[in-house]
Amino acid sequence: MKHIDEYRDGNAARAYAEAIGRITTRPWTIMEVCGGQTHSIVKFGIDELLPRSVTLVHGPGCPVCVTPLELIEKAISIASIPGVLFCSFGDMLRVPGVSRDLLSVKAAGGDVRIVYSPLDALRLAVEQPGREVVFFAVGFETTAPAVAMAAHQAVRQDVRNFSLLVSHVLVPPAMETVLSSPGNRVQGFLAAGHVCAVMGTAEYEPIASRYHVPIVVTGFEPVDILQGIHMCLRQLEQGRAEVENQYARSVRPEGNPAAQKLIREVFQVVPRKWRGIGEIARSGLGLREAYASLDAETRFGVAGHTTEEPPECRSGLVLQGLLKPHECPEFGARCTPEHPLGATMVSSEGACAAYYHYRRRRG
Amino acid sequence: MCLAVPGKIESIDDADPVFRSGKVNFGGILKEVNLAYVPEANIGDYVLVHVGFAISTIDEAQAQETLSYLEEMDRLAGMENR
Ligand code: SF4
Repeated sequence: MKHIDEYRDGNAARAYAEAIGRITTRPWTIMEVCGGQTHSIVKFGIDELLPRSVTLVHGPGCPVCVTPLELIEKAISIASIPGVLFCSFGDMLRVPGVSRDLLSVKAAGGDVRIVYSPLDALRLAVEQPGREVVFFAVGFETTAPAVAMAAHQAVRQDVRNFSLLVSHVLVPPAMETVLSSPGNRVQGFLAAGHVCAVMGTAEYEPIASRYHVPIVVTGFEPVDILQGIHMCLRQLEQGRAEVENQYARSVRPEGNPAAQKLIREVFQVVPRKWRGIGEIARSGLGLREAYASLDAETRFGVAGHTTEEPPECRSGLVLQGLLKPHECPEFGARCTPEHPLGATMVSSEGACAAYYHYRRRRG
Repeated sequence: MCLAVPGKIESIDDADPVFRSGKVNFGGILKEVNLAYVPEANIGDYVLVHVGFAISTIDEAQAQETLSYLEEMDRLAGMENR
């Protein structure tokens, strides 16, 4: 397929690995922020092509992984209410709550459905006015425009049986959390290309200069990632700390203004809890006053619920790049994709699951 | 779940601008995609699609530049060595 195949060329990948070897003179640690990039890196073995002195650590950029246990519990409570039709992206169904997941609610007779787009959930609400249709709105800035459009349409068309359980998160505050952690090892970032396609690149400038880290906006295919690493290493070797754009075919510096406009209309920036990390100030999106009628937490009376995270899962350390998945004592033993202890083992974009699928055999 | 996939616009329906939508071809599979966020995109353009929404138009000239990055690096290195 055009715009995919040419970025998976094995010869090009090897040429990049050689070029990276030529410019690297010292050890460096780079974090790829996005779970989609983690998945590509482990699947295609990109980290194994790199010189030994270059370490990739896997960042917090998987929304499935960082959605706090509390929200999963709220989702389970709402989905269990008779008459509710609960819609979610497929990856969320197997994220473990305290004692069960959304899939087991479905097995017990709950109407839990996988949808491809938030607009599909809105359509179900229009078709079934007698049902309460709830959409589990998780995701980063990439997904926010789609949810904003569903919210906007619901209000415009006065669809009263539609609501949103919102757990939207933002990337830049998470990067700052990683950088300001006392054990931080990250010296450069590959920023998430799809997030930047929506938001642009300006919000990364202050981070690059304040923490003196190069940030390279990077795509998702092997050649993209290798090129992003090359650009990041060049900056590190030259002592620069700038925002560069590897993914210019899809990312304009200003992002997507039409999408940003609707995001701003529907959402405001709020503090948000991250699974395994805790609350991060100004790190999420919540519904604005004008859209508060769509808030499923108030509609179903679950807003005040809190839940503590289980201590045995170390996904918080994994998400901050402080621990590699296979270094977790539960990895592959008590924690597997069939019986995940933490969300990073559930989602195919979670670092633990990626290692489990692609790395276990080789140890 | 943050994956976005490139596809080619085959047709556009913009009777209602908010519901500007179209058929996008992903390697032979046609899907209905919301095009409200890419008002500039035309039939034949490639767009990046995430959960049913096109979030960006793919710039062919930039794509070419990305693919010739290594040659450009080699050229720069050659100049430095001279
Ligand atoms: S291997 Fe399992 S228990 Fe360990 S950090 Fe990953 S998800 Fe948590």
